[in-house]
Amino acid sequence: MSSIPETTTFLFGRLSLDSLPLHEPVVVATFCGVALGGIVLVAALTYFRLWGYLWNEWFTSIDHKKIGIMYVILAIIMLFRGFADAVMMRIQQVWASTGAEGYLNSHHYDQVYTAHGVIMIFFVAMPLVTGLMNFVVPLQIGARDVAFPFLNNFSFWMTAGGVVLTMISLFVGEFARTGWLAYPPLSGIEYSPGVGVDYYIWGLQIAGVGTLLSGVNLLVTIVKMRAPGMTLMKMPVFTWTALCTNILIVAVFPVLTATLALLALDRYAGTNFFTSDLGGNPMMYVNLIWIWGHPEVYILILPAFGVFSEIVATFSRKRLFGYVTMVWATAVITLLSYVVWLHHFFTMGSGASVNTFFGITTMIISVPTGVKIFNWLFTMYKGRIKFDVPMLWTMGFLITFTIGGMTGVLMAVPPADFVLHNSLFLIAHFHNVIIGGVVFGMLAGIVYWYPKAFGYRLDPFWGKMSFWFWFIGFYFAFMPLYVLGLMGVTRRLSQFEADTSLTVLFGVAAFGVVLIAIGIGCFVLQLIVSYIKRDQLRDETGDPWNGRTLEWSTSSPPPAYNFAFTPVVHDLDAWWDMKTRGYKRPLAGFRPIHMPKNTGAGIILAGLSTACGFGLIWHMWWLAIGGLAATIVAAIVHTFNYNRDYYIPAETVASTEEARTEALAKQA
Amino acid sequence: MANHAPSFTTPGGEPVFMMTDKDHHPENGTSLGFWIYLMSDCLIFASLFATYAVLGKSYAAGPAPKDLFDLELVAVNTAMLLFSSITYGFAMLEAYKKNVGRTIVWLGITGLFGAAFIGIELYEFSHLIHEGAGPQRSAFLSAFFALVGTHGLHVTVGLIWLVTLMVQVGKHGVGPANMRRLSCLSMFWHFLDVIWIGVFSFVYLMGVIG
Amino acid sequence: MSATAENHASHGHDHDHHHDDGGHDHGSFKSYLTGFILSVILTAIPFWLVMGDVIADKTVLVLAIMGLGVVQIFVHMIYFLHMNGKSEGGWTLMAMLFTVVLVMITLIGSLWVLYHLNTNLMPMTVDQIKNLP
Repeated sequence: MSSIPETTTFLFGRLSLDSLPLHEPVVVATFCGVALGGIVLVAALTYFRLWGYLWNEWFTSIDHKKIGIMYVILAIIMLFRGFADAVMMRIQQVWASTGAEGYLNSHHYDQVYTAHGVIMIFFVAMPLVTGLMNFVVPLQIGARDVAFPFLNNFSFWMTAGGVVLTMISLFVGEFARTGWLAYPPLSGIEYSPGVGVDYYIWGLQIAGVGTLLSGVNLLVTIVKMRAPGMTLMKMPVFTWTALCTNILIVAVFPVLTATLALLALDRYAGTNFFTSDLGGNPMMYVNLIWIWGHPEVYILILPAFGVFSEIVATFSRKRLFGYVTMVWATAVITLLSYVVWLHHFFTMGSGASVNTFFGITTMIISVPTGVKIFNWLFTMYKGRIKFDVPMLWTMGFLITFTIGGMTGVLMAVPPADFVLHNSLFLIAHFHNVIIGGVVFGMLAGIVYWYPKAFGYRLDPFWGKMSFWFWFIGFYFAFMPLYVLGLMGVTRRLSQFEADTSLTVLFGVAAFGVVLIAIGIGCFVLQLIVSYIKRDQLRDETGDPWNGRTLEWSTSSPPPAYNFAFTPVVHDLDAWWDMKTRGYKRPLAGFRPIHMPKNTGAGIILAGLSTACGFGLIWHMWWLAIGGLAATIVAAIVHTFNYNRDYYIPAETVASTEEARTEALAKQA
Repeated sequence: MANHAPSFTTPGGEPVFMMTDKDHHPENGTSLGFWIYLMSDCLIFASLFATYAVLGKSYAAGPAPKDLFDLELVAVNTAMLLFSSITYGFAMLEAYKKNVGRTIVWLGITGLFGAAFIGIELYEFSHLIHEGAGPQRSAFLSAFFALVGTHGLHVTVGLIWLVTLMVQVGKHGVGPANMRRLSCLSMFWHFLDVIWIGVFSFVYLMGVIG
Repeated sequence: MSATAENHASHGHDHDHHHDDGGHDHGSFKSYLTGFILSVILTAIPFWLVMGDVIADKTVLVLAIMGLGVVQIFVHMIYFLHMNGKSEGGWTLMAMLFTVVLVMITLIGSLWVLYHLNTNLMPMTVDQIKNLP
């Protein structure tokens, strides 16, 4: 368009009208849908004058409860895109197994499975886990917020920045076509010269900063901010798993950062870390990325284990069986997770001695998980079980995760893995443990802690529907994949030679995905119906499940300061202890409470970083350098603000607590 | 800590479940938090060291360490960093004694040593690139530039932080907030010197040995 | 906490160790100087060993350099970073030990795995191709 091409290249880098996927009808239709929805949302927010409310109460909030909720909302939104990718793949594969071309060429299909993996792991599972830990941990340890409230807000917005880049990639340019771990040489500049891998790299680097800082934050919170009397061995199990998860995060995300940085250097600066020539070694990438990748899956599952521990004890109305062994099992899993990574590439050729070592460590790591499963079962044994929705999710997990774990141990045997590596058997295994473990765990946690967050329970009928459709749908969707894998079907294939024996199985899997879609729909319906019926579902006492841990001692939702007075802990299951020993809620003597102020610095810094990322992707160097410089300047300016906290006056605390006293009295 | 500890039972032996008599101030977590962040930074360097260890002999028929490394220059550079470490230590001692002026002076001297380190390193890098031994030449050189360059980048960030803190100490003195910041930068600065020990031992000295 | 800081201000700088309520050691002029001199010595020796071609046996030389480097790291930890087992209730030391273990796993693990991979997957020479069974 411009008559001065150099200016255009300088301004827009390699961005041009060709970058818009106008020739892809599916994408164009999606864009229209998203744009329409976006316009409606913006119009509604403007009409109802909600921008100020959103900015002041949510976006600039440093309250761990609000940040936790925002993480979960972000994750659920991204779940839709990740699940859409799944549906697209199932349709293509059942169609293509008849020998037809299907509707997705490999150029598109490769982006779909890459985006599916990246979104589900980084922008659904991680935010769910982080959000839940953020919301629950300070309440469980009797604290008023996390150790670094501003950093918490900043971490959330950095994750959102990664989401923004990934979403933009759908409509401007394209995404990576390399699989969710982007192995070189395919992801190097020679074989992926386009923007896709760059979207991948910078989206993950920006989100990765958020995750790492969040890890430091929660770690210091748990170490330093526990209520008096809460020794490590009196912490709730969810807090223990959060501790170990955050140790894993802090210890292992740097490896991802470094590895992606080296890949970026190969792509931008022509270095030779992972090239096929001039001394590069692509296998080193695979090695490093899995040194990160294996602990990553434990980062995802340990919080889910924590959720189940809390739920099993609460809904069996029994103290958790084997608290000490639970803690030790968690610690052992944390340590062992660092010495198993090679099982992800047994077939790459390290040879028998290396493969044997890692095969053995992989088998060993299943033992502490088995200990946990038995502890949960022994907790249920002779308990008085209430089959509320969180308990259903838990029981679904116990069955599903065990099966998935067993297929994992099967593949831990290197000779077996040589047959099964990168087949649909592998895909079935990891979806088995991730869905059965992480997804069920996070959904259970959402249902369990929802009343605490919003003041009303979720509608049980739609909750049960959601569970059953997810549970049965999972088996229909993934059991056929085990069989397909054993039959020899490789992963990431979009076209097949005609084979009707495959078609039947792919058809069953597609049917399963429909059931899961209904399950997700029921979950959303649950949210809507519960909101409409919230007065009937109201949690008046703050303790709707007769819980055992400190978060249930607060009102639902808790006040901004969480606890008017810091709890003093005497025993495990501190709230249960308080209830059984005649605790009386103090009604007077409230004092001013020291709290941090809200700030817009987090969203601004993250926004500038995201702009820098966009500039790097499209080679708009002025934007990249300018964005980076602006981020640094903004950060330095922020450090000149020494006025970051305030006091909630005693009268405000008193009136909040009095309101609660009245509400509790009405209940009684 | 003794004056913050709650009583666990009332004089009558009843359990106390809430600290109603005094405020609970959790210990400040900044030092521990920053230390943990530094440990994570250590792991970035570990990945880069591992990459250098694996790729460090892949010369791709290009120049090897003994063709390139000027150990005298590296020795001077090491001295710059070591001096900067002790001058930062002196700055901290002055800060604990509440001498704002002297603190800023020692910080400034630290900054000069740090800037000398960066200057020498930039000279070394440009010389290598000029000789055709830039990061694109071979995997060994890519790994070298990444590892040593990342360390240099950290020192540069430290220098920006140092200047910022000098201004802030000038403005706000050495109260608790600035003491926390000074002590975090102290940890950062000394940690970079520790990493440098690894760099000069493992990259430069062992490289020249062959 | 401010009370103890004021107490410190009135002390001269000839006390070896100051302690605040976090178990933090702040060092002293003497301890920084000791650390500095030790570091200079521990830097000069390996440079001299290599630049002066002092030790013929490469393995011994490498072990000497690594050993001296490890010792100097300890010196920095103790005299500059004031590392001790009481800081932050022991969490500082534990975090560092954990990190050291992971650094070792990353380094040794990567070297071991990549050595095996390189050996097994090294490109063949023309002779090797000709002599395949």
